[in-house]
Amino acid sequence: MIRSEVLKSIIPIITDKLVVCNIGLPSQELHLMDDQPSNFYMLGTMGLSSSIGLGLALAQKDKVIAIDGDGSVLTNFGTLPTIANNVADNFILLIIDNGSYGSTGDQPTYAGLRTSLTAVAEACGCENVVECKAEDTATVLQQALDSNQMTIIVCKCESGNITVPVIDMDPVVIKHRFMQEVQARNDG
Amino acid sequence: MSVNKKIVTDLIDNGVEFVTTVPCKQLAGVIDEIDRSDSIYHIPSNKEDEGMGLCAGASMGGKRSAIIMQNTAIGVTINTLVTLIQYYHIPLPMLISYRGELGEPVACQTEMAVHTKALLAQLSIPTYHFHAAADVDELDAILKYCFMSKKPVAILTDASFWKGA
Ligand SMILES: [Mg+2]
Repeated sequence: MIRSEVLKSIIPIITDKLVVCNIGLPSQELHLMDDQPSNFYMLGTMGLSSSIGLGLALAQKDKVIAIDGDGSVLTNFGTLPTIANNVADNFILLIIDNGSYGSTGDQPTYAGLRTSLTAVAEACGCENVVECKAEDTATVLQQALDSNQMTIIVCKCESGNITVPVIDMDPVVIKHRFMQEVQARNDG
Repeated sequence: MSVNKKIVTDLIDNGVEFVTTVPCKQLAGVIDEIDRSDSIYHIPSNKEDEGMGLCAGASMGGKRSAIIMQNTAIGVTINTLVTLIQYYHIPLPMLISYRGELGEPVACQTEMAVHTKALLAQLSIPTYHFHAAADVDELDAILKYCFMSKKPVAILTDASFWKGA
């Protein structure tokens, strides 16, 4: 399975959840397959999906899923100790680890070579770290949501991309409808 | 009231509930004061761009946020300021220690000091410079301006300011 197939498999689970989605192809694929006001698409700033997701989870009650990539986590490695030391049980970090920088032409990342993001997350002090095969992502994600505990999921999948259009929504529109959705859930 | 207490009181009075910090010697007192406050969630970050991501998330979650950092961080965060904070119109007060100004003992700090205001001007970031102790009286208005305009705002605090405080 490649990333777009992993995303497709989890859409029934994430469609009604607050989702912060990584820059580039992951956001473009999610936008194409299941655009929702509850999705926050990153149009710039590689590496900050997990940080935005954690800040959002700490600031309000609803569950938050941050979809990240192996390359992006490597770019913002400092995020893992921050997550480990600021536990938000409404936060799930889903790292789709295809061992490559997918959006830039599938150059290999160190996560696809000798570096285990699962081991790194554990060494940083994260308590619930689950590594899974791509096929099991939906099951593992549902279990993490049901556990009501902050969870880091490292989904190992194959490298590869589908052709998707860029997102032409204005950033302020993405933010505005997302914030209205967040507020409605916390008022309810 | 001490200047550290005054800064934190202004943050609280303006509804700031989420503060991330990367430490600087000049900022040690205000970071301690943030830590002592029950109404602010203090989340130290490992790098300032990470901190801006945390603030952006908290802001979208309905909590006003702020970052406390050194001016060297302007070099680290330009892409994040432009493609996240400015692009999505996220208000972000940045309380910045302005190292490398008069009274600076560490020569290397002057290297970023000479670029700090030029970089902020290039980014069209509203910038305020606290030099005399009384300059802190403007903080309340600066915070109100920041949240009204939904822009990042830089408050540079130099060694003379902290010495006089
Ligand atoms: Mg990747």
